[in-house]
Amino acid sequence: MPREEPLSDAIAVQLRGVSKTFGRGDDTVAAVRDVDLDVLDGEFLTLLGPSGSGKTTVLRMIAGFELPTAGTVELAGRDVTDVPPFDRDVNTVFQDYALFPHMTVQQNVEYGLKVKRVPKADRQARAAEALAQVQLAGYANRRPHQLSGGQRQRVALARALVNRPKVLLLDEPLGALDLKLREQMQVELKHIQRLVGITFIFVTHDQEEALTMSDRIAVFDSGRIEQVGTPEEVYEKPGTEFVAGFVGTSNLLRDAAAESVVGRPGIVSIRPEKIRLAEAAAAPGDGEHGVAGTVREVIYLGTGTRFVVDLDVGGSLVVLQQNLHDRGLHPRSEQPVTLLWRTSDEYDLSRSE
Amino acid sequence: MILSRTAKWTLGAVFALVMLFIYVPLLVVVVNSFNVSLTFQWPPPGFTMEWWARAIDNVGVREALLTSVGVALIATTIALVLGTLTAVALTQYAFFGRQSISLLIILPIALPGIVTGVALNTMFTSWLGGLTYLTLVVAHATFCIVVIFNNASARLRRLGGNFVEASMDLGATRTTTFWRVTFPNMRSALVAGAVLAFGLSFDEIIVTTFTAGPGIQTLPLWIFNNLFRPQQAPIVNVVAAALILVSILPLYLAQRLSDDQTGDR
Repeated sequence: MPREEPLSDAIAVQLRGVSKTFGRGDDTVAAVRDVDLDVLDGEFLTLLGPSGSGKTTVLRMIAGFELPTAGTVELAGRDVTDVPPFDRDVNTVFQDYALFPHMTVQQNVEYGLKVKRVPKADRQARAAEALAQVQLAGYANRRPHQLSGGQRQRVALARALVNRPKVLLLDEPLGALDLKLREQMQVELKHIQRLVGITFIFVTHDQEEALTMSDRIAVFDSGRIEQVGTPEEVYEKPGTEFVAGFVGTSNLLRDAAAESVVGRPGIVSIRPEKIRLAEAAAAPGDGEHGVAGTVREVIYLGTGTRFVVDLDVGGSLVVLQQNLHDRGLHPRSEQPVTLLWRTSDEYDLSRSE
Repeated sequence: MILSRTAKWTLGAVFALVMLFIYVPLLVVVVNSFNVSLTFQWPPPGFTMEWWARAIDNVGVREALLTSVGVALIATTIALVLGTLTAVALTQYAFFGRQSISLLIILPIALPGIVTGVALNTMFTSWLGGLTYLTLVVAHATFCIVVIFNNASARLRRLGGNFVEASMDLGATRTTTFWRVTFPNMRSALVAGAVLAFGLSFDEIIVTTFTAGPGIQTLPLWIFNNLFRPQQAPIVNVVAAALILVSILPLYLAQRLSDDQTGDR
């Protein structure tokens, strides 16, 4: 997929034909199927997908915890497919942090350096620096159980970063945090990633998180990569129906409905915020398409309002309206309306396949 | 749950009866070890320290005690090494036959002691050249492994596999990971298991009868052999009383250590 401004041409991680099957005999589950992926040096790449889509298994194969059933994993040009985790220049931030309970924060952070026999003075200096980076300078002598979830999360991050790995793997690291803290950590993670310049591979099922943080997103479904692209590409030009539905709201016109509205059959995606609500009789202007329907549901969201509109031609569309002072038409439930949008905001999914 | 008044009193009474039934006989043994009467007249006509003094001077008792401690220590040590390794293998690696091996390890404690005893006796005498001190130690190790294995696996399961992965991810080999992460986190569980194993071995009699070499007498064997000799009866009582007191301590320690949550220290 072409990129607007490549971060670097060097490839940090390269997956070729990677598959992973669990189980034996008749009881096998294909967790990952024939995945090809290039992760560029210094980029923030998110593996996005629902649970069971294979994204975590891919991460674990990069870390060295799982052996691929087929295919190769390369780190900076070196084939590491069957190299054990301790011989790979990657570090992982685990979903449940996996801090060592019998060690202090300082000992946890120093652990990686200690087993690599880094001299004590150097080790302590680097651990202190890493703890400062995650704003936990005063917590060196605490035990993990004395910390809050957010603090443990930061220790896990410091413990991984202190080793200055080529690639940092993050397995849904924000999943256990509450919303406020999660949003704060999203900003902070992104900031730290820019600061240290390390390649981050981040696993999440939260599409908003993926859109906010990533340079690029790889969308997973049923063990396959559906699309790889910048957040904008994935959101505005979803490659498949699955991507259109998983990243953002599924808002599709299909078959007969598509034919009668846009004049050709297929599957057309229109993002909810691109649609304008108008009076029932309104006609589309130049470069616009319109469709008549009846409002089924009105959902107040605070910053905006979501309308679910049943179309006269069949199917339904979701419209997202900002709650501005002059927001235009604000219909009630069961009110007939016309939906209008620019033809340039349509995205034909059947064409891209 | 809220209990009615009647239920509370009934359950309380049943509980008290059961406790009495268990602990009164033990108490009688302790009291009788000070009873002046050779025939354990009740109530005791008077109290004396003589039986305790005689027991301490008794060569048979002292030798039996040393044998018991020695056997229990060696059997526990063997069990610690084998039980820990098996627990690590069975919790951290997936391989064919894992469930069956787990069952095979635990089985000796469920088998009647007499079956284990007879089976081991047959093997030792007909194939391995007879009974010795070592055969006794090996026999005890078979059931000591069970408690160590059980304690160690329970702790490992609670810890989860993530620590091992985290450690290896940070550059530690499997061996380094065991010594720096796995072992420190299971230490208290191992101590608790070892104390229990020691206790099991120390008072075992059935398997011991079938596997102890000639002339080797553990403390329970000594008690059993002297139980029906009237002139030894007071000393047997003293040994029994001493054993009661000594058994309470390890049990208490083991319970304290098992409760110990690694994460909360």
